[in-house]
Amino acid sequence: MKKTGAQILVDALLKEGVRVIFGYPGGSVLPLFDVLYDASIDFILVRHEQAAAHAADGYARATGKVGVCMATSGPGATNLVTGLATAHMDSVPMVAITGQVKTNLIGNDAFQEADITGITRSITKHNYLVKNIAELAGVIKEAFHIASTGRPGPVLIDVPVDVQMQETEYNYPEKVCMRSYNPTLVPHSGQLKKAAKLIAKSRRPVIYAGGGVIISGAHDELLELAVKIKVPVTTTLMGLGAFPEDNELSLGMLGMHGTAYANHSIMESDLIIAVGARFDDRVTGRIDKFAPDAKIIHLDIDPTAISKNVHVHIPIVGDAKTGLSQLNRIVQPPDTREWRKRVMDWKKKYPLQYKDTGKKISPQYVVEQIYKVTKGDAIICTEVGQNQMWAAQYYTYTRPRTWISSGGLGTMGYGFPAAIGAKVGRPDKIVFDIAGDGSIQMNIQELATAVANKVNVKIAVLNNGYLGMVRQWQELFYKKRYSQTLITGPDFVKLAESYGAVGIRVEKKEDVAQALREAIAIPNVVFLDFIVEEEANVFPMVPAGEAINQMIGGMA
Amino acid sequence: MKHIIYALVDNKPGVLARISGLFSARGFNIDSLAVGETHDPTVSRVTMVVNAQDERILEQIKKQLDKLIDVMTVIDLTKKEFFERELVLLKLNTAKTTRQKLLVLFKNISAKILSYDKKEAIVEITAAKAQLNDLLAQLSKIGIKELVRTGIIAIGK
Repeated sequence: MKKTGAQILVDALLKEGVRVIFGYPGGSVLPLFDVLYDASIDFILVRHEQAAAHAADGYARATGKVGVCMATSGPGATNLVTGLATAHMDSVPMVAITGQVKTNLIGNDAFQEADITGITRSITKHNYLVKNIAELAGVIKEAFHIASTGRPGPVLIDVPVDVQMQETEYNYPEKVCMRSYNPTLVPHSGQLKKAAKLIAKSRRPVIYAGGGVIISGAHDELLELAVKIKVPVTTTLMGLGAFPEDNELSLGMLGMHGTAYANHSIMESDLIIAVGARFDDRVTGRIDKFAPDAKIIHLDIDPTAISKNVHVHIPIVGDAKTGLSQLNRIVQPPDTREWRKRVMDWKKKYPLQYKDTGKKISPQYVVEQIYKVTKGDAIICTEVGQNQMWAAQYYTYTRPRTWISSGGLGTMGYGFPAAIGAKVGRPDKIVFDIAGDGSIQMNIQELATAVANKVNVKIAVLNNGYLGMVRQWQELFYKKRYSQTLITGPDFVKLAESYGAVGIRVEKKEDVAQALREAIAIPNVVFLDFIVEEEANVFPMVPAGEAINQMIGGMA
Repeated sequence: MKHIIYALVDNKPGVLARISGLFSARGFNIDSLAVGETHDPTVSRVTMVVNAQDERILEQIKKQLDKLIDVMTVIDLTKKEFFERELVLLKLNTAKTTRQKLLVLFKNISAKILSYDKKEAIVEITAAKAQLNDLLAQLSKIGIKELVRTGIIAIGK
């Protein structure tokens, strides 16, 4: 049957199971939007294309499905860039569809033209410019395949407006066949045997789990391994939720703002079992001082992640779920009694803690209350900075896909649109965006999107009047010279109301829990403005360039 | 250390940009790069001379190249027996030399004098890198007016 390029696109999206698109129209996608007008796909019209990318990303992280965003050529496409880079760094499956100027105008500096495949080459897993309509269906099939398999990532498809209007004979391909792309899923059994041997011989082992465990759905296998071999587990920021933090073997998060007991355990370990993590600089701290006695086993689906930053003794390329379930069959528990005793001792003696000054609300207290009030059953999205670290530290994550945060790129303005995407994907869940008064202003316009589409997310702003994390660094390392970190905002309550949302300001500690309960009960978007301690800091903290056991506010 | 590696890639637009972009984005050093179609017109072969300080960086270069969707295989030729060649076109100043002298210089090498007159000669030379560098050092005394190199291509035994 003959179809136009735009019809092919929409039909292919339906065949790929896409039920919602986040996007914004424009001149170069008019044919596409005309087809979408009648299509049985929900369309969430954002107020800025950046939010479309973050919302598609949040949707993907909350559901595990591919998120789809759409924008026009030129500025529409360039506005997606930060969202694509964010998704790329955190391995989020996404397909971005952009319009492009007419084929014969490409390269002519036409109106609203940008070389978006050139611009996004290094921040997408792959991208396509489809100049020939005969290739369109195959490209879409490939794009979804690439985005969702191996180490997932965003794929961009740029479609010139004339290709959207041309007609061709259309059959959607059943299968993908790519000679140059075949990710290794099943690990080498010999490597797994070596790993099992090393584990059995170890005396001070630690499991270090990252976002790969969540992506792969390997959380049950991870728990099984930890319990079977009785080894403590620390997770990365991206790995929060991969291992239940209420389990006694949990050490919480490691790294720059990790727990003292996680960092000391890693530093004194004789074996690190790394799964779906990439030894990022925020995790390792000073690399030549990192875990000096440890042998490293590294299971990861991305070969480039292995031995990139640290030398790995037993590399295992493969899917985390497959790898762990195979390992669980052959692994024997080492004798870790002594070691566990030491680690658990640290855990008891040096818990995460903060000082409550009693004057203003402590930001950490707000996060603790969100956990209590939601009974840990919410999806927590965050912005970037202090709000993100407190949200990581003071909420207890027990299930995968309940923590959504820009880990690799550290994108301020991510959390709110991501929360919208997450709530669209999981309408059954309470979704919070834990934000700072700086970050929330970066995509505040999305209040209109949330209200118009009745996406009832709850925003909890920890309002300290500062760009808090940068201020903290200035306090500690730049002699309290607060250069451009004092920031003002609007009256958030009035602002929320003007958008048709509900605004609640909270200034007293005793009102926090009640305000949270109220916010959850209100069937609308709720903006909670918590006026918190201005100069609270995130501790413990590893200063940049130090070994991760050199923590401010760690073990005294 | 210098390594000659090659990649077999889908013969599609944009592949070369992906490869060169990878080298610049990740700070890898590249000495030369030569691209051409293989006997299968859907496949191109990219031959690269890379400068890797240590084995880990070399491994990263190979793995990162392999990770590109359009790349099928990446082979390090330095680990095997191989032949390498580079083609050079030269414009020489003939005021200081004669055709005879040039032929003597080219004795051990595959060279062709494509044109010769009182002012200048155009010469085609094919050689391995070491030989070529020796020869170019000698020719520079005569006076090289223009020099074009293809970059190294190589084939394993």
